[in-house]
Amino acid sequence: MNYTFQFGPLVAYLPQLLNGLWLTLVLSFLGIFGGFMIGVACAVASTLPSRLPRFLVRCYVEVMRNTPLLVQIFVIFFGLPNIGIRMSPMNSVLIALMLNNGGYIAEIVRGGIQSTHRSQFEAAESLGLSYFQTLRFVILPPALEKVFSPVVSQCVLLMLSTSLVSAIGVEDLTGAAMIASSETFRTMEVYLVIAAIYVSLNFVFRALLNAAGLIIFTRSRRTLLRRT
Amino acid sequence: MRTFGTNEFLFIVYALQWTITLTAIAFVGGGVVGICLALLRISSRRLLRVITSGYMQFVQGLPLLILMFVCYYAPSLFGLEVSAIAAAAIALTINSSAFLGAIWESALRAIPKAQWESADALAMTPYKTLRFVIAPQAIRLALPSTVGFLVQVIKQTSIASIIGFVEITRAGQLVSNATFEPLKTFLAVAALYFALCFPLTQISLWLERRAARRGSRA
Amino acid sequence: MSVVVANNIRKSFGPLEVLKGVSLDVRGGEVVALIGRSGSGKSTFLRCLNGLETVDGGDISVAGHAMSRNPAALRKLRRDVGIVFQSYNLFPHLTAGENIMLAPVQVKGESKAAAREEALRCLTMVGLGDRFDTYPDMLSGGQQQRIAIARSLAMQPKVLLFDEVTSALDPELTGEVLAVIENLARQGMTMLLVTHEMGFARRVANRTIFMKDGIIHEEGPSAEFFANPKTPELAAFLRSEIG
Repeated sequence: MNYTFQFGPLVAYLPQLLNGLWLTLVLSFLGIFGGFMIGVACAVASTLPSRLPRFLVRCYVEVMRNTPLLVQIFVIFFGLPNIGIRMSPMNSVLIALMLNNGGYIAEIVRGGIQSTHRSQFEAAESLGLSYFQTLRFVILPPALEKVFSPVVSQCVLLMLSTSLVSAIGVEDLTGAAMIASSETFRTMEVYLVIAAIYVSLNFVFRALLNAAGLIIFTRSRRTLLRRT
Repeated sequence: MRTFGTNEFLFIVYALQWTITLTAIAFVGGGVVGICLALLRISSRRLLRVITSGYMQFVQGLPLLILMFVCYYAPSLFGLEVSAIAAAAIALTINSSAFLGAIWESALRAIPKAQWESADALAMTPYKTLRFVIAPQAIRLALPSTVGFLVQVIKQTSIASIIGFVEITRAGQLVSNATFEPLKTFLAVAALYFALCFPLTQISLWLERRAARRGSRA
Repeated sequence: MSVVVANNIRKSFGPLEVLKGVSLDVRGGEVVALIGRSGSGKSTFLRCLNGLETVDGGDISVAGHAMSRNPAALRKLRRDVGIVFQSYNLFPHLTAGENIMLAPVQVKGESKAAAREEALRCLTMVGLGDRFDTYPDMLSGGQQQRIAIARSLAMQPKVLLFDEVTSALDPELTGEVLAVIENLARQGMTMLLVTHEMGFARRVANRTIFMKDGIIHEEGPSAEFFANPKTPELAAFLRSEIG
């Protein structure tokens, strides 16, 4: 191989790459947070006794899970202006990421709620707790704890898929890399650096989310303490 | 100006063959490599396990788009030109291998140690133990997640559109540029993905329920 | 004064009619035991009394509240009716103390400090005053069941329902739970117990009711009821239970 690696030309692009990294972090955080909120709300809605919300949530979840994120982004950014809804690339991808993540998390959390035994509902109701108090204090905490690990995996996958926002020109880490690579022609160097950053982000996100879990959930903390 | 009509829709449907081809290559290729990875992960040699795990973690931590760029541009360093489909197929294969390897590794690990030991006691070779005792049980365990991951692969082929490979997402972009009807076009694209993926998702769910029923009966 | 009034209660699960017109009147301070084979409808009847099962016919009034399907009205009724389940149903993510404090704080709007004090009092009453910060999975079945009783007590109910509360326990653990219930009886708590502990029913209940095929087959003051069963069915049941 006659190719010599030159990372020098990349130094000039450091500010753009850092900006891109920041945007990737922001998109990931908002996508995770927004998706979590949507997901939990949908999971709760699908446990309501009436059929309509359950059906609507089912449709939403299946559409999100059975179509690619990239196409979802295209529908929102390129498609919606056809019916008069015009959004910036940034807002479009944010909505797409939240909706996409929300669909997956709704399904995971719904599974957690369903695996909670009916008797827990009965005990809480018998104490006079309202339906939402029962969910808030009795059903959701152990359900979320039970599904925490798949939720973390899903959120890490979401972080990785934020790279797709570059397809509509959002300058996240990948977007900034595309620009740096086309302007310096040091393609391999750029993508090697970017790859290393994503792989590290993967570990950092996993560690941070798991740490958050330990802080939030008393029981996993207890099991950990007991084991050590 | 063209409108989004039957011909435009058929153009996208025609590109479906490339989505399916790419999926098939990635799934089969990733499956073959994935089996090797899963077996390496349960090998008795620590070094092999560590290296394999490193590879799997690395690939799983890499956005597929970046992997595709690397596969597309890296060969040019050696003066080679690769087509978009080749780059996409290689990237998808690498990506799938790591995820499938992880799914199958956990299935292999879920088989109780006593199964290995009792096969040992029957003087079976490690290969035969794997072939006749472990694999049949592990396959049943891993089947729902494997079908679930197939859905993942189908959706991920859409990323090949970014390096210019004309599968259905790229076909959608072309039609959208020609007709200025992106909403109809991309909804049609989404509907095609849905038609491919939804049945598989349902099958995966059915397999999962069946496995759960069997598990509770045993 | 009657605390529980049930009038001609009917209940079916699909084609199966489990309650075929059950009427009951429980006065304040009375302890009533419900016995019968499984499938006789005794647990279903008990669950109807706090609205866990909806009835198909008849009226119920508990602690002055008419049974209603309206969620708010039902919650009001449930504030005055405690129930203890066979499988304890403690909340696994909360400590013993938190399990007890949850409803007083969230439902009655008590302050945390007041609820804490009350929780501690209830825990002491069931002999577990030192387990406030223990999680349910660290406790024996008998201890969990006593905490479930304390959880109900903390709402200061006007009547307590017990649904086979010792059936899931090892024999050596049932004694500690029964002792707690007996103690409550002495303090004048109005209680309805579905139970298989014949000796306990005879000793503690003022009145015992034998249910068979969805109706009250025979009832009477416990001493008389167990000593001289009037119907051959009850006599046969008692023989099989006491052996």
